[in-house]
Amino acid sequence: MTSPRRYFAGYLLLTFFLVGALPNANALPAFARKYGLRCSACHEAWPMLNYFGQKFKDNGYQLMNDRDAPIWQNPSYWPVTFRITPFWHRESTDKVAIDTAAGPNTSQRQITSHGFDITGLDFHTGGTLDKNLSFYVLPSSDETGAFHFETVMARVDNLLGSPWLNVKLGKFELDNLVSEKRILTLSTFGGAYDIYHFIPVGDGNLFGQIGDNQLGVELMGHSANDRTRYSASLLSSSDGNPGLLYGNGYTGFFTFSQAFDTGKLGVQRLGAYAMIGEASTTYFTSNGVPIPGSGIGNKSFNREGFVGQFYFGQHFDVEVVTQHGWDSAWFGAGYGDFPDGAAPAGNNTSGTVLPVGARAPSWNGVFFETHYVYSPQLIFTFRPEWVRMSQQASAAAPSSLGNLNTYVFGYRYMPIMTSRAGFAIFNEYSWNRQRGTAPDGTDLTGSSLMLGFDFDF
Amino acid sequence: MRTKSFLRCSLLMSAAAVLALSLPARAQLTNLQQQEWLNSPAAVSHIGNLAGRAKAAAADYRRYCVGCHGELGDGNGEVAQWLDPKPRDFQLAVFKCRSTPTGTLPTDEDLFNAIARGFDRSNMPIWNTFTKQERADLVAWIKHFSPRWQKEKAGEPIQIPPEPEVTPERIKAGEEVFGKVQCWKCHGVQGMANGPSASTLTDDLGRPILPFNFTDGSRPKCGNTDRDIYKIFMTGLDGTPMPSFADNIKPDEAWDLLFYLRTLQPHNAFNMKEKQIAKQLGLKPVTPQ
Repeated sequence: MTSPRRYFAGYLLLTFFLVGALPNANALPAFARKYGLRCSACHEAWPMLNYFGQKFKDNGYQLMNDRDAPIWQNPSYWPVTFRITPFWHRESTDKVAIDTAAGPNTSQRQITSHGFDITGLDFHTGGTLDKNLSFYVLPSSDETGAFHFETVMARVDNLLGSPWLNVKLGKFELDNLVSEKRILTLSTFGGAYDIYHFIPVGDGNLFGQIGDNQLGVELMGHSANDRTRYSASLLSSSDGNPGLLYGNGYTGFFTFSQAFDTGKLGVQRLGAYAMIGEASTTYFTSNGVPIPGSGIGNKSFNREGFVGQFYFGQHFDVEVVTQHGWDSAWFGAGYGDFPDGAAPAGNNTSGTVLPVGARAPSWNGVFFETHYVYSPQLIFTFRPEWVRMSQQASAAAPSSLGNLNTYVFGYRYMPIMTSRAGFAIFNEYSWNRQRGTAPDGTDLTGSSLMLGFDFDF
Repeated sequence: MRTKSFLRCSLLMSAAAVLALSLPARAQLTNLQQQEWLNSPAAVSHIGNLAGRAKAAAADYRRYCVGCHGELGDGNGEVAQWLDPKPRDFQLAVFKCRSTPTGTLPTDEDLFNAIARGFDRSNMPIWNTFTKQERADLVAWIKHFSPRWQKEKAGEPIQIPPEPEVTPERIKAGEEVFGKVQCWKCHGVQGMANGPSASTLTDDLGRPILPFNFTDGSRPKCGNTDRDIYKIFMTGLDGTPMPSFADNIKPDEAWDLLFYLRTLQPHNAFNMKEKQIAKQLGLKPVTPQ
């Protein structure tokens, strides 16, 4: 038996042993504890929301049964959920630049590493402060325990008694129907949606990442049964980084969707989104170092696409998200990304001109996330994702430079599924290839294999 | 003496054995019965042109309902112990919100509407996220828990006469009905759920239950339209101390009572005219009779 086969057989055996050994118990976290509903009421598979969970979220974490205000809760109720994930993983990248006797980065080789690991800790706390007044705070750490605030927001719902008027303010997840924050896969290449973060090779625009939580204000509304919903957000162009580090640019993010009742198949939803913004490309400097908050020379960018959530009965569904992206030629030339140091292509100061032939990069992407829900406790998922450049920033660049292919396959088994805690055994494999980004200019390929326990309480 | 002791001991052991064997047997029998019912013609529902099949709702029931209502539909799910009011026991097949006379089974449509409406001031959410087909399937599923659905037919929905115009006279007449049928005994003279009997009320299972408070802005559990409230008067809320007044008041009086009760509620979309008239009349709380 070859070595990879031994690994594969080993982790499969381990998985089945663990699955078999665990009792079919029951449990759930903060909101579930409050309402006594099982995880499965709001989650197709924790943490991914189902339609009812989305409606609960859209109502400002309320069931709208006149028992939402904390005054109705047992005084000992404390709306906190912890989430952390211990796991084993194997990571492999086929071409990594390495030093040799000939000098630094003079060769490349495949690097494969594996071992046991942990994620950071998510410390979710959220709920209602009063009827139609809610909050969500999420201090989140990396695996070393260094914390940052992933989410800090308060929201007022049902203004003027209408579900069409709900406002939230702070740092929050954009209104992505297919939420990356509730993704079922966690591996290096499968733990995020590429099109939510795609930046062309050499591009300096980090502000257009719809998968990152952003600072701003959001107006959203929905029909009573959530079939129709919209949102409009005004965001600081800072990619969610606090402290006014960049310039005075703003970004708008807009969504609209409509769901349709299709009888036995379920409820299907079609929607669209658009992010239109501008952000700084010029920073004043002091001793050559960019001054935080001094950004000017705003240039524009946009991302837009369609979203579909299609259900084929109770066991199978497909989520589709498309994206067309466009960045100003200034971003394409590397301007914009500063404050962790100098911008990659220098600072767009007065008199700077774009390189000859600089063009506005654009691209198209799509992913299909399919789910087979064997039962509320066992879900299989497969996701192919592709990004294709349609115009490179430099005419000299190969047309395929930066094109991405990612494939993710995995399952989650949740032996615990009650109103007290969440626990999942997950196992996944992801594979990614990006054209032309290896040190020698060829394709760069990576893969990730992961097996772990995901739990929250 | 020893023989007697032996006999007593044997009897006790036999009784214990019978009891021990009968407990799981009862659960198993219930499961078996349920399986039989699932395959019987009773395990369907009809809402307009929509036909619901119980079997098709098994996954939805497990995903959304079982935590409160329990695997056996007995209202004894894993979280039931924490809930107040307690989840509905489908095995009893006694339902508050019906369009049918008291003591009868509700129509499929009654259950269908209840799922989408949810129940205010309880943990039953508004399940309007289901498709109509899914809801119809769930209605059929709910019905498979009780043999009543096989033995009895649903009651005939009551006739609701056209709603008359609200007038000061009708509101005053409603006030008299409120006093005459002694609504105040539970609901209080101002409709604040503080009548002399309020603290003593229990449901059919002996659990404490509160009367409806008309003054705190709550929505009635069985719907907030005039027709919904009219139905409550004439069908009662089975399983609770709220009786049917179908034999005590005439349809016209029921409308009058409704108009009067609207004056006790805070301003809402349904009582603008009633509140206006009440202000002109300078209504005062009824005097207990």
